[in-house]
Amino acid sequence: MFEAPSFSSLNLDVALPGIFLAGWATLLLIVDLFIPKERRRLTVWLALAGIAVTFVLNLVMYNRHEEAFKGMFIADPFSGFLNIVILLTAVMGILLSVDYLRRTGIERGEFYSLILFTTVGMIFMAGANDLISIFVALELLSIPLYVLSAFRAPDLKSEESGLKYFIMGAFASAFFVFGAAMVYGATGTTNLPEIFSALGGLGQPGGPSVFLMILGAGLIIVGLGFKVAAVPFHMWTPDVYEGAPTPVTAFMSVGAKAGGFAALLRIMIVGLPILTVNEQAAAAWQTTLWLIAAATLILGNIVAISQSNVKRMLAYSSIAHAGYILMAVAAAGTPGIGDQAAQAALVYLLSYMFTNMGAFAIALSIEKDDGSGTSIDDFKGLGKSRPLMAAMMSVFMLSLTGIPLTAGFMGKWLVFQAAIQANLIPLAIIGVLTSVMSAFYYARIIINMYFGEGEGDSAEGATSYVRWTVYIAFAGTVLLGVAPMLVTTLTDRISLAVSMLP
Amino acid sequence: MENTGFSLLTLVLFLPLVGFTILLFIREQQESAIKWTAFGTSLVTFVASLLLWIGFNNQEAGLQFVQRGDWLPSYGISYYVGIDGLSLLMVILTTFIMPIAILSSFNSHIFHERGRVKLYYLFMLLLEWAMIGVFVAQDLVIFYIFWEVTLVPMYFLIGIWGAERRIYAAIKFFLYTMAGSILMLLAILYVGIQAGTFAVPEIIAGIQNGTISFAFDGLFSTQSFLFLGFFIAFAIKVPIWPLHSWLPDAHVQAPTAGSVILAGVLLKMGTYGLVRFCLPLYPEASVAWAPVIAVLAVIGIIYGAWVSYAQTDVKKLVAYSSVSHLGFVVLGIFALNAQGIEGGILQMVNHGISTGGLFLLVGMLYERRHTKDIAAYGGIWKALPLFGAISLVVTLSSMGLPGLNGFIGEFTILLGTFGSDVLGFFYAMFATIGVILAAVYMLYMFQKVYLGELDKEENKNLPPLMWNEIAVLIPILIAIFLIGLQPAPFFDTMNASVGELVAHVGQFVTTVAQAVP
Repeated sequence: MFEAPSFSSLNLDVALPGIFLAGWATLLLIVDLFIPKERRRLTVWLALAGIAVTFVLNLVMYNRHEEAFKGMFIADPFSGFLNIVILLTAVMGILLSVDYLRRTGIERGEFYSLILFTTVGMIFMAGANDLISIFVALELLSIPLYVLSAFRAPDLKSEESGLKYFIMGAFASAFFVFGAAMVYGATGTTNLPEIFSALGGLGQPGGPSVFLMILGAGLIIVGLGFKVAAVPFHMWTPDVYEGAPTPVTAFMSVGAKAGGFAALLRIMIVGLPILTVNEQAAAAWQTTLWLIAAATLILGNIVAISQSNVKRMLAYSSIAHAGYILMAVAAAGTPGIGDQAAQAALVYLLSYMFTNMGAFAIALSIEKDDGSGTSIDDFKGLGKSRPLMAAMMSVFMLSLTGIPLTAGFMGKWLVFQAAIQANLIPLAIIGVLTSVMSAFYYARIIINMYFGEGEGDSAEGATSYVRWTVYIAFAGTVLLGVAPMLVTTLTDRISLAVSMLP
Repeated sequence: MENTGFSLLTLVLFLPLVGFTILLFIREQQESAIKWTAFGTSLVTFVASLLLWIGFNNQEAGLQFVQRGDWLPSYGISYYVGIDGLSLLMVILTTFIMPIAILSSFNSHIFHERGRVKLYYLFMLLLEWAMIGVFVAQDLVIFYIFWEVTLVPMYFLIGIWGAERRIYAAIKFFLYTMAGSILMLLAILYVGIQAGTFAVPEIIAGIQNGTISFAFDGLFSTQSFLFLGFFIAFAIKVPIWPLHSWLPDAHVQAPTAGSVILAGVLLKMGTYGLVRFCLPLYPEASVAWAPVIAVLAVIGIIYGAWVSYAQTDVKKLVAYSSVSHLGFVVLGIFALNAQGIEGGILQMVNHGISTGGLFLLVGMLYERRHTKDIAAYGGIWKALPLFGAISLVVTLSSMGLPGLNGFIGEFTILLGTFGSDVLGFFYAMFATIGVILAAVYMLYMFQKVYLGELDKEENKNLPPLMWNEIAVLIPILIAIFLIGLQPAPFFDTMNASVGELVAHVGQFVTTVAQAVP
């Protein structure tokens, strides 16, 4: 018999950051209608204010470890840390958009509401503790992004981008739901901790069927693999990234990834860590993720070498970086490594967020109003025309390569450490060798900016909003590289696996 | 012993960074302020490092001036610096070479062509900081960070202010060395996870009292793979034949000061790493692999000398001579006895001074004639007598003439190799061929460039040495004679540390003899 749960038992305050932002986004959509066109800036500031309040709420909640919506949602340091990443991404994404939308003539108020909605999706993704709520959050994350990708319509590339993303994303969601259904069929529940408990009797008479579980887990990996752009589910990435307005590309290259990895890590570490045929062995999905990670690393890095457009190059680089995070996810399959791997993945996401937003911000600065000017050759001589921007771009490129004293090094360091601790040494070797490959194409930007001849672009897109984004990204990149303890004190509290042990 | 307050060593390490920060706030147009700030910083750092030497206790084998503080405690990584005799000499070499390199670039032509004076000196000071860091770091992670950071300024120095093929050389340098060092990263991680700490002295203590051990049962075992992970990174840096192919490109394309630093200090990071990390952390693997590595070193000695002789480009000739000289250093280190290692360390210092000096001289020639082709010169002594005389001393020092610095190092290395338990007579014999060949190519170069008739019109009116050029050559000459005539203080400084290292490694010679037939 169905009984409506009492309001207080929902424990709503735990999900307050997400709920607040959802409400704020809805309000903003309405308020925006009454803001005259020439005062559109107000919408921007309102959106940023909403994010700021959400950020504070999130910090207040950081150390809590409670469930809401009857276990559908959980607030813990894992989701708290991811929320920091997601909200910072949103802030930088919005700052990048302000002048870009105006100069490319696509300024519409819905833009900011859509960004906020997809941010809400990401926040719920980070805290979702149930396959159903993960799916709902996934859709909330994805649908506004489809619209945002096509925001430059009737520009053909942007339309193509939106359509391609939509079709591929719809497929991915279908895979995910089908996988979730299989898991439900096997265990009789969609709640992650309950799935974990049910897996104790895996393969025994009356217990969950091994076949259904493996199939379900595989389909879930496929579905989320699309979202995080893992090989072989990456085909959409370069076209979508190239066609979408640049601020949107920057935003989704980090945000969608953060959401996707949040769900992947939580499902694998909380729900399925003992999906294995014999006890004490690594989880059955480890080999699959291992192979996906290796393929992602190799393909992403090799194809990036031959790109001549910086947005496409960063798209393949984002595929490659998904590979490094997947290394950590694969490492989580070894018993006892789960928490460490999750921490490594999160630090990696944070470092990638700062670095990648900075790189996109500079690419956007030299982009022309008609969307051209994003070729690698357009960076020629930037060291002369815009010395400060070029210096910061160099730091971003070095950080993406993983050179010490930048955020990228700390991320790679922790990920490799997790992989070695999980005894995935061949994967770690592939990881470092592809890092060397990546040095080649990142260094090419530096070469163009400094070593070559050329007058240099005036980088007219670098308005004060964009410059502030670059400064924030630069500060984050260097600070995380020099003083990583600031971040690890936050991640040290993350424990997914231990808290769930029966 | 562990000090958390003020430390002279930390001061020496961070002085260049202080200068770097000051430099950031000087405007691009104030060229002389930029130059003198950079030079002043490097000079103060040199003086401060001499204070280290004065305060250093020769009798003590362990680390001195230790400072340790938390950096990333939850992952067992600490800011841990300290020096023993080996580190001290390398730090002094670095702080000695840097003011010379900076002063030598004061009037360089590269700024007329490429400009960006401020960026240049910023990279110089960043490089100095990272290089000192490499030599004082006692935590593997901190060491790796400094090690990788040295790549970046050098990459820019070659790429922006280099010669025609600078982009190719810069990227080759970057990728080559990064490929090597990133495998070391994995080895470091593995060691750290196994040992539970990244602090080198703690790991070595653990190996000595048996609480930490890396499985060893032959040339291809866990310890050997870890050893090779480190060794390949260092071998590329040294460079040991056949991993040397980045060196001639980088050297030839780099601006003069860049070549001086490359030869003077950066290459020493490789040989330093062999002594500091490979030998004590993996003593069994070191003993087992020593003959193989010594063969590579001997091939390098002869190959480097041979190829040098064939060069028509004077800078390339000096570059290849580095391969030969550093072969000696590696040979000495893997003799695994006190004489060999001490000779190797002294030869590291010697090579920094002599080859650094040679690159300075080649740079001065290039500033005047804008060519590096040996055939374009001849009779330079007659045109520039002072320059010719100084060049003769430096050339002879690089050849290893008795009474000058090069001789002491090479002689000790050969003695060490001869008396070594793991190497022996044949290695020493073939290495001696290298000494003879060195005389051949060096004298050949000297004769073609400096002696003979002054028959080329362009060479007749070469401008005389400028004040800063004389100022950089004087300390080089002083160092050449000082080490050549009075090497005892240098040996005294490293005796205790090397003695301890040899005792540590030596106890594994017999166990390895049983494991590796």
